[in-house]
Amino acid sequence: MRKRALFGIATRSILRNKMRTLLTMLGIVIGVAAVIVMVALGQGAQTMIETQIKGLGTNMLMIMAGSSSQGGVSQGAATFNRLTIPDAEKLAREGTTLAAVSPVIFSRGQLIGGVGNWRTAIMGVSPNYQVIRDWPAQSGSFFTEADLRSVRRVVVLGSTVANALFPDSDPVGQQVQLRNVPFTVIGVLTPKGQNAGGTDQDDTVIIPYTTAQAHLAGHSRIGQIIASTFSPGDIPAAQEEIRAIMRESHKLAPGEDDDFTIRNQDDIAAAASGTTRVMSMLLAAIASISLVVGGIGIMNIMLVSVTERTREIGIRMAIGARSSDVLSQFLVESIVISVAGGLIGIVLGYGAGIALARATGWAVAMPPQAALIAVLFSAAVGVFFGFYPARKAAALDPIQALRYE
Amino acid sequence: MTTPSSPRPPPVIRLEGVTRVYSAGSNAVHALAGIDLVIEAGEMVAIMGASGSGKSTMMNILGCLDTPTAGRYELDGTSVVGLSRNELADLRSRKLGFVFQGFNLLARTTALENVELPLLYDRSGRFTGRESPAPAALRRVGLGARMHHVPGELSGGQQQRVAIARALVTNPSLLLADEPTGNLDSHTSIEIMALFQELNAQGITIVLVTHEHDIAEHAQRIVEMRDGRIVRDAPVTERRMAAPAQAAAGVAA
Repeated sequence: MRKRALFGIATRSILRNKMRTLLTMLGIVIGVAAVIVMVALGQGAQTMIETQIKGLGTNMLMIMAGSSSQGGVSQGAATFNRLTIPDAEKLAREGTTLAAVSPVIFSRGQLIGGVGNWRTAIMGVSPNYQVIRDWPAQSGSFFTEADLRSVRRVVVLGSTVANALFPDSDPVGQQVQLRNVPFTVIGVLTPKGQNAGGTDQDDTVIIPYTTAQAHLAGHSRIGQIIASTFSPGDIPAAQEEIRAIMRESHKLAPGEDDDFTIRNQDDIAAAASGTTRVMSMLLAAIASISLVVGGIGIMNIMLVSVTERTREIGIRMAIGARSSDVLSQFLVESIVISVAGGLIGIVLGYGAGIALARATGWAVAMPPQAALIAVLFSAAVGVFFGFYPARKAAALDPIQALRYE
Repeated sequence: MTTPSSPRPPPVIRLEGVTRVYSAGSNAVHALAGIDLVIEAGEMVAIMGASGSGKSTMMNILGCLDTPTAGRYELDGTSVVGLSRNELADLRSRKLGFVFQGFNLLARTTALENVELPLLYDRSGRFTGRESPAPAALRRVGLGARMHHVPGELSGGQQQRVAIARALVTNPSLLLADEPTGNLDSHTSIEIMALFQELNAQGITIVLVTHEHDIAEHAQRIVEMRDGRIVRDAPVTERRMAAPAQAAAGVAA
């Protein structure tokens, strides 16, 4: 039997029941569109995160307490050895590849002032922090080495905090209370936007770490030390140097594991995009469930169609059709339905992706190979779910099929 | 098998001791209980009998839709016993044309497409690369002007003509008609019988199954069945000739 004729028969009988075909297709259409939108969103998120992390500066290093668990057994993060101010001072003093070093003390607290109060992240750092993060002030200025040494109660506001508490006025020079301790606002930083993890980097206040240790009791532990190298090319050398200095500072014997972890921007980028990749695969997997459901819809309708057309099958067999002819007729029919649904789904998916990108401002990447995969996958769905009904048709006895009313 | 040097062609149908037994639960039903029958090329034979006489089973076996439980059946020199489903399908495609009581045309499909249907399943390659024989088959049954009408737009007689054209299109050795006039009024029935007689006169072997005597009398020979046996097999002494109606039918079509 000629292949062109097969497609002719299939499309003609599909078009005979337009409404039913359309509804059957809908399952595949929605499934394919959902998979494409999910993949596009995932890819978009990934590229967005990568560019954002790259934008942070590639010559930044972070030192955290706790050993890395990579390649071995975790030692239980930060249970005993912690990062100290002397660690940071030693790194600043001895690190030949390091341009700037700052300890970071993290805590959270309520800030009262201006038009109300605001709960935000508090970071105790040294003036070098501004250099490392390359974060200029939009009004006022960052605190100085003198402020740090004198343990002054001065605070620099992130732009989100400044906008929340001082919507109509310049906060510089204003008095605020941070965890009930009075501070003077000396600067407001330029907005940086969200970080790779989706948190607002501008929802923060920055104070000298000495002040944090002296006035914010119970929150004097150093969460991390950040440092920058003179150039991105120095990163590997700097990592080795930091490791040596830190081991010496922590008095680790030669056989002992590191009790700290050094991470650079590439590590962070890889970890973040790894997370989004897993997330987008998960979303695509969930979306593909709807494809399977669509396939079951096709199987259902094909079974109905085989029953309805029992007599037609009998006629075809009587005039010489082999079982395999009948099988391929119904199989081609279900493949045509599913592939047509797949094609409509691709158009719809890409349309939805573009609309989503416009409406939300999310990055949406449209990978062209996703379309190909979607078509192949929907064809596979057609074959898989069309086979059972087609076999049922092919196995009919021509005498009974001809007598079927 | 056909021997090319044999002086006369083999009979179109040769049945020898054909039985067909259905097992209905514990008891066996002998639908055919030993049939011997020879039909030569060019004959027009009517098989008659009341319901339950075994004529439907006979029809199914002659049409290669069913195979005998025991006995021999040769269709146009080819033994049918022991063939697979696919071989039977190919045999139907090459040697048989069916005409049914209920016309059995595909709905919403034009007359021409209905007639072309058997060509789709032809595996002999007889028709590839040639002009489609379907329009000629339709003209032969007097429907040259209605090729693009769908069954819903045709009268019962015209639909049966389409079915006959579909049976003829592959140039079969045998045309099998199962109650071809059962769904038609008497006037149209005569027209259809006239067409069969005309085709038979052109050399086509026709076997028709009917329970109406006056329809059967259009054949040259009547085979009467009862309880799975042939009880009478005789030529028609006063054959009814419906031929003059053909011209009128052609006009009506």
